[in-house]
Amino acid sequence: MTESKTADISPFILLHADDNVLLCRRPVRTGDILAIEGSEIVAREGVDVGHKLARYNLQPGDTVRKYGAPIGAMTRAASVGAHVHLHNMKSNYIASHTRQAVSDEVKK
Amino acid sequence: MMWGFRRSDGRKGIRNVVAVVYLVECAHHVARRIVDRSDDMDVHLIGFPGCYPNAYALRMMKALCTHPNVGGVLIVSLGCEGFNREELRTAVSSTGRPVETLVIQENGGTASTIAQGLTSVARLKALASMTPVAPLRLDELVVATVCGGSDGTSGITANPAVGRCFDRLVEAGAACIFEETGELIGCEQIMADRAVTSALGEEIKACVAKAERYYTVMGFGSFAPGNAEGGLTTQEEKSMGAYSKSGASPITGLIKPGDVPPSGGLYLLDVVPDGEPRFGFPNISDNAEVVELIACGAHVTLFTTGRGSVVGSAISPVLKICANPDTYRRLSEDMDVNAGRILDGGATLDEVGAEIFDAVVGLASGERSQSEAMRHQEFILTYKSFEPIGPACLPRRVQNA
Repeated sequence: MTESKTADISPFILLHADDNVLLCRRPVRTGDILAIEGSEIVAREGVDVGHKLARYNLQPGDTVRKYGAPIGAMTRAASVGAHVHLHNMKSNYIASHTRQAVSDEVKK
Repeated sequence: MMWGFRRSDGRKGIRNVVAVVYLVECAHHVARRIVDRSDDMDVHLIGFPGCYPNAYALRMMKALCTHPNVGGVLIVSLGCEGFNREELRTAVSSTGRPVETLVIQENGGTASTIAQGLTSVARLKALASMTPVAPLRLDELVVATVCGGSDGTSGITANPAVGRCFDRLVEAGAACIFEETGELIGCEQIMADRAVTSALGEEIKACVAKAERYYTVMGFGSFAPGNAEGGLTTQEEKSMGAYSKSGASPITGLIKPGDVPPSGGLYLLDVVPDGEPRFGFPNISDNAEVVELIACGAHVTLFTTGRGSVVGSAISPVLKICANPDTYRRLSEDMDVNAGRILDGGATLDEVGAEIFDAVVGLASGERSQSEAMRHQEFILTYKSFEPIGPACLPRRVQNA
């Protein structure tokens, strides 16, 4: 895979027409111009491969859809092109955890 | 050409492993030294750490020691543990396989048992090598899949590519197994809709609901910090990606650890214990799931990874399919298939699915997977408890009966 070929392909993929997030297939850097739904957005943050970007402006409580299926709910607003992840969405089933999960308990 | 070692129950193995089995942690060191000093790619260490008896562990160990890939068994017991070594020995010998037992307390201790164990392994290997071989058909294969170290690429590259491979295998009459109902939370309705009967669909929904309850009691879902670092945010998002490993075939049955699929088709393995949570997390890490798939007769496990798992397994080869092109560049020697090419536009899902299919045929024709060649033999078996599956779980068997 050459650099030029990578640069030719879109940095993100829409997995399903009903989705309101896009999947990042190559890294997005702050300042990159992103073409999303007919408008050009300046990326305000870097987003890594495999992560999600907002396809539309999303509001707290909105259902997040990927693969055409609900994958959780927004907890904070995100504007078009923003990174959608643990800081602004949550599971509707079981909460996700980080490596800090039991550290506070151990420190007590 | 695919060929296998013909066993007395009619199944055929693609390996002829001598399993060295410790029955309690206290016998682990002696068993490990026997395996290490045998220094043979087909002598494998498996075991159970606990001293208290457990019906699930006994059933699993019987299934594993009579797996078609196993040609002989050496049981290593300390002597006072609760594991029923006589019942295990009888289960193995009744299949015609050579089996020997060494009880450390009756054999003069560590050094003496290791020395006798090396002689036993040589004898067992010689006997196993006389197993007749025969051509192997695709409809005699059991192929399993699991994902580990998933990230945001897993669900669009490696997992659906395995799904394409599964569709071809099922079409050819093979039995294919996918699992981890805790990682299918959120997919219960779409899975139920694929079941061959509505009663089976209800069983599938009930087993995912059981998984959700169980993991809620445990306090953590089947979701690791590395999943989040790789872009997955929620359990149900991870589930949707994991689910795509199952392909598009109808779901033929719902089985539990140790149940061998009665015919070809696509099966869901319920790995979450029944009853009130008693022994902790359903499966403490990926290899516990791989062991359960092997106990269901899996000849090969297709292991997809985005973050980059390096594991293999005792008894049956693990084929590693890397979802993420960056991970593949870092860990290529641990990976058998680079599904990350799909993300770069370098290959289609069908092409990678065909590559995985060909790799399965290769493993069943004597080729070794990367993890196998590097002598990966991970193995975990811990305490669990299950009720037998209900009649609605295998509708075709009922029809045939």
